Amino acid sequence: MPPMSEHEAPNRPRSKTDLFLSFTWLALQGFGGVLAVVQRVLVEEKRWMTREQFVEDWAVAQIMPGPNVVNLSLMIGGRYFGLAGALAGVAGMLAAPLVVALLLAIAFGGVSDAAWAQGALRGMGAVSAGLIAAVGLKLIGALKTNPMGMPVCIGLAVLSFVGVGVMRWPLAWVLLGTGLLGCGWAYVQLARQVTAKEQA
Amino acid sequence: MNPVLTLTAADWLGMFQHFASLSLLAVGGAITTAPDMHRYLVDETRWLSDSQFTSSIALAQAAPGPNILFVALMGWNVGLNAAASLGGGWHSAALGAWGVLVAMLGIMLPSSILTYTATRWAHQHRERLAIRAFKSGMAPIVIALLLATAWLLTVSHNQPARDWPIYALTLLTTLIVWRTKVHMLWLIGIGALLGALGWV
Repeated sequence: MPPMSEHEAPNRPRSKTDLFLSFTWLALQGFGGVLAVVQRVLVEEKRWMTREQFVEDWAVAQIMPGPNVVNLSLMIGGRYFGLAGALAGVAGMLAAPLVVALLLAIAFGGVSDAAWAQGALRGMGAVSAGLIAAVGLKLIGALKTNPMGMPVCIGLAVLSFVGVGVMRWPLAWVLLGTGLLGCGWAYVQLARQVTAKEQA
Repeated sequence: MNPVLTLTAADWLGMFQHFASLSLLAVGGAITTAPDMHRYLVDETRWLSDSQFTSSIALAQAAPGPNILFVALMGWNVGLNAAASLGGGWHSAALGAWGVLVAMLGIMLPSSILTYTATRWAHQHRERLAIRAFKSGMAPIVIALLLATAWLLTVSHNQPARDWPIYALTLLTTLIVWRTKVHMLWLIGIGALLGALGWV
């Protein structure tokens, strides 16, 4: 009985080098956060994961402590090539951008106070907010196959959004509250599916 | 003025421990622990000047790659300050690199080990009802968190009369990325340009 989330992705990384280079390339495109690029490259271009798999992995990467995209690259690398793959993924995500950041620090250490530099950061910030919002909107489609059903999913999403975005409650509390509700209800629904299958 | 430091092995160990202790607390991104880093590095030990601290965060945001690299830049600057007492020169590069290593290992090792082991275990038991319920139950919540992040970034600009171009830029980016395949680097570049010219 394969779970419905295991619709396999059409492709996979060919080697650890492929993994390292792919992650390097997408990290170097990721200004103001890498998530939007990760989603586009891994799901839409390379097709290493389905949209559903991406949502599931992203959920885990975000819940675990540590930088989210680093967690994500650990998980993806580890799945294909074990510990060596995890290290290749993280190294790809960090090595080249680290060099770029250090070069910027050496060249522009004092420039960051200048008005044009502040303005550029402001403009890039506005764009990266839009990138994150677009990823969120694209991923909503992945909820269609969720065992909780679309109405419950939307209810949970609205609750979480209001808690974090409007009420400004601490993230940990919102995750604990809506998370327990969501996981509990998903468990009940999945258990029902299993019983229904066994009776059929 | 940047501090001129003489750091002992115990000091470096202290910095490693501080970052390592924050690593497991960084749920929802390492940037949430930045206030505690400021308390330690600027207020208590005085290893970094205020402007070095702020520019580390600003530069990491402007550079491509995961935002966690702001920790690397803080380590780099602590190394530079420590090298200043030795006359700078090649000491700067060596101690700067050493600072990057100490800071990044500290912030990444504990959370990465935890994430790697936990997700390996979860992947081996992915057919279990509880694991499937966790992934399904969290999916709508993490999607809502993405939208909330974008929302919070946008409303942090809170003067509509002045900030409406920022709102418009974010909204436009969201629609373009959601509905088209336009390369994200173009959008980031346009955002930076509009900002540098003072139009947003």
